[in-house]
Amino acid sequence: MISLEVISSPLTGSLLAVVSWLAISALALIPAGNAFLARRLAFPLSALAGLALAAFGLQAIWLAPQQMTLPLGLPDLPFHLRVDPLAGFFLMLLGSVSAGISVYAGGYFRNETSERLILIGLQYHVFLASMAFVILADDAYLFMVAWETMALSSYFLVTTDHKLPAIRSAGFLYLLIAHLGAIAILLCFGVMHGGHGDYSFDALRAAELTPLWANVAFLLAFFGFGAKAGMIPLHAWLPEAHPAAPSPVSALMSGIMLKTAIYGMVRVIYDLIGNVRWEWGMVVLAVGAGTTLFGVLYALMQHDLKRLLAYHSVENIGIILLGLGMSMVFIGFGHPAAGTLGMIAALYHTLNHAVFKGLLFLGAGSILHSTGLRNLNDMGGLIRVMPKTAFYFLIGALAISALPPLNGFVSEWLTFQAALQAPILQNGVVRSLLPLFAATLALAGALTAMCFVKVYGIAFLGQPRSPHHPVSAPGAGHDAGGMERYGMAWLAAGCFVLGLFPSSFLLMLNRVCASLTGQSLTADALTGSSWLWLVPTSSEQASYSPVIFLVVIVAVTLLTFLLVRRFYHGRVRLSDPWDCGFPEQTSRMQDTADAFGQPIRHVFGPIYLMQRQMPAPDDPAPRFSLKIEDRHWYWVYLPVARLAEYASSKIALLQQGRISIYLLYSFLTLIALLVFVR
Amino acid sequence: MSQSISSQLVNLLAAFLLLLAFAMLSQRRILTLIRLFAWQGAALAVSTAIVAWSTGQTHLYFSVALTLLLKVILIPWVLHRLIDRLFVRWDVETLINIPATMLIGIGLVIFAFALAAPISQMANTLTRSTLGIAMASVLLSFLMMIVRRKAVPQVIGFLAMENGLFFAATSATYGMPLVVELGVALDVLVGTFIFGIFFFHIREQFDSLDIRHMEKLKED
Repeated sequence: MISLEVISSPLTGSLLAVVSWLAISALALIPAGNAFLARRLAFPLSALAGLALAAFGLQAIWLAPQQMTLPLGLPDLPFHLRVDPLAGFFLMLLGSVSAGISVYAGGYFRNETSERLILIGLQYHVFLASMAFVILADDAYLFMVAWETMALSSYFLVTTDHKLPAIRSAGFLYLLIAHLGAIAILLCFGVMHGGHGDYSFDALRAAELTPLWANVAFLLAFFGFGAKAGMIPLHAWLPEAHPAAPSPVSALMSGIMLKTAIYGMVRVIYDLIGNVRWEWGMVVLAVGAGTTLFGVLYALMQHDLKRLLAYHSVENIGIILLGLGMSMVFIGFGHPAAGTLGMIAALYHTLNHAVFKGLLFLGAGSILHSTGLRNLNDMGGLIRVMPKTAFYFLIGALAISALPPLNGFVSEWLTFQAALQAPILQNGVVRSLLPLFAATLALAGALTAMCFVKVYGIAFLGQPRSPHHPVSAPGAGHDAGGMERYGMAWLAAGCFVLGLFPSSFLLMLNRVCASLTGQSLTADALTGSSWLWLVPTSSEQASYSPVIFLVVIVAVTLLTFLLVRRFYHGRVRLSDPWDCGFPEQTSRMQDTADAFGQPIRHVFGPIYLMQRQMPAPDDPAPRFSLKIEDRHWYWVYLPVARLAEYASSKIALLQQGRISIYLLYSFLTLIALLVFVR
Repeated sequence: MSQSISSQLVNLLAAFLLLLAFAMLSQRRILTLIRLFAWQGAALAVSTAIVAWSTGQTHLYFSVALTLLLKVILIPWVLHRLIDRLFVRWDVETLINIPATMLIGIGLVIFAFALAAPISQMANTLTRSTLGIAMASVLLSFLMMIVRRKAVPQVIGFLAMENGLFFAATSATYGMPLVVELGVALDVLVGTFIFGIFFFHIREQFDSLDIRHMEKLKED
């Protein structure tokens, strides 16, 4: 008989939730004939399990770490589990965000055939469970097993439509980079454990590394987890894999899976390697700033909605890295309190990005599901057919653009506050570089806002742009269904809660980060923060109240509305817009997504690799085409690919096709080993 | 029978084993090859029986029975049936001519003895001096697999290699645990059957058992 006490402990509780995900994945296989049941039962159940996981994670943040050894794994090499505040925080993220996505998925997959639904249901829940195991793992062995399960299950989800060659190649690229990263992580664990044979995290924590090997371990971890997170130059899989995957899967991957990479980075660098050095922070800051700027600049150039969102994921990972980098710099120089602030900013943004990016991908999914459109240049006027989706998408767009009082603003503001702590640093160069990184963030924030003005304006406002647009046909196109809307509403509510009550999350994250850095925020910050005011350092320096912001915004809007009603109402004159003397107007004459990005393309021209085809002035059927490519392909990927091809062709000489030669290989190996081992 | 006599006997049989390995290496006819293989099994069984009797390790008797049953009777019989069915009684072609193979073989024996010298000094078993011979016969059988062109002699080489390993196990540590030995014996038997099935498939595909034809399978 399991007592209630055991179930309610965070570790057993979350383990139960994860096991129930696995059970649902098995359950999804059973009702083969009834896709309706699988959809209406499996996905809501998994959302419930997600909520339970979130609750247990939340509980774990406030408790001491708990450990457990599972009787699974290889002989003499059991799986170890552990829940500490950091793991609790990420479990909460995983559980709460996946709850919304699962509910949405229950509605989204309504047109799937039952055999596809079975596979999706299986892989989807295995994917969720493996992410939870990544967070729960307390030894390198279980961590790697869960990490690889996560990569494989998500690969199969990405290639759901594997009959299309483009999707197969996107999946291959994803798998390739995932494995590159996994190799680096494996090597990192190898470096950290230093040959004493014990791969549990406790042993890795206790191991003392020389500075050289600590640097190597840091670089390997940063590379390995960065490959999964999508920092440059390893971001190339994101804009390919996210559009290829079904939308709930994109939301899971972008919202949660990238965050497991952040979790791994924090876990390995702060917890396992320990003794953080400021030079590491500078590396992270430099890469983070590059990633932020690159992500947003390329996002502005996209006209495929899901590709655009994928580039924004790259950008937001950059923002998270900026926060982490600042925290490492501060800790390395011996200011753990400021380091805690930077880390809080990073983790807060991790949670925020999971919520609003999940919401945006779900919105993009609803558009795709309803109209079949992914190209922004074909959309337009969608607000009339799908007003509810438009509303939720607007919330997500405002949140990602970091506008108060929503959540994106809070974490970016906290990152700025961390950057403003720079004067306490002794090293003059670093002290002057930190504001530069903050400026990058500011630029990226503004460009993000511009990008989402473009997305929202082009997709939802205006007139339908394409003649094949289903919206132009009367009665075609439909709004998101009930379950899809509940899923989006849950995440939209999350944007509000995270944005309006940041102080409680600040205190929570303070506990998470203090458990890693050993120092909580200043006493001023802790006493000054209330439900109304958010105070990261001291109330003299900076404070922010989202509630007051909201009240002012609502008041101003209401006042304007009333004034307009009172004084201006009834004086509206309806007439044709000025047509410059050209009476035949079509909806193609609206601003397009590409046109909207033109100023940026002009200003940041050298960054892009453009192939433009301008029609001749006397061309009777003029067509303008523009292709923007990622320079990284030519700088990094293709040389590496060529090198690999060359090396493989040399190694292929070994393959002679003659059994005698193969036997000779083993014979010579045997002789050589006998000589050496003797 | 005193320790020294049994030790002498085991040494004699070991020498016989090595001689048989060389005989197999130089043998051109498949039928004789199978006979030599059976003789090798018999020598192995007798030497194991002597070790068992003089040291009182009763579980080795099971190995003796197993060796006799499998390697002297069953597998040679299966191989006979196989070459009858496949009509492959022809002479065996080798990649390198036989005198050169023998010279390489002598080099291998010297290498094996040099390798085994320090190990047999550590072992305090009755049969420690035979470890070098055991290793030499493993290497010789491997060499036979490499230089033969047809599939059946290669399989015989593989089985002979297993004989050498078995002999190494008895000479170094008085044999492996019974469970392991049972498992290995079963594997050898199953392996033989699988090889037999493959022979038929290879012949069906290439109209010959000459493995040169399989070079076509190489990916370009």
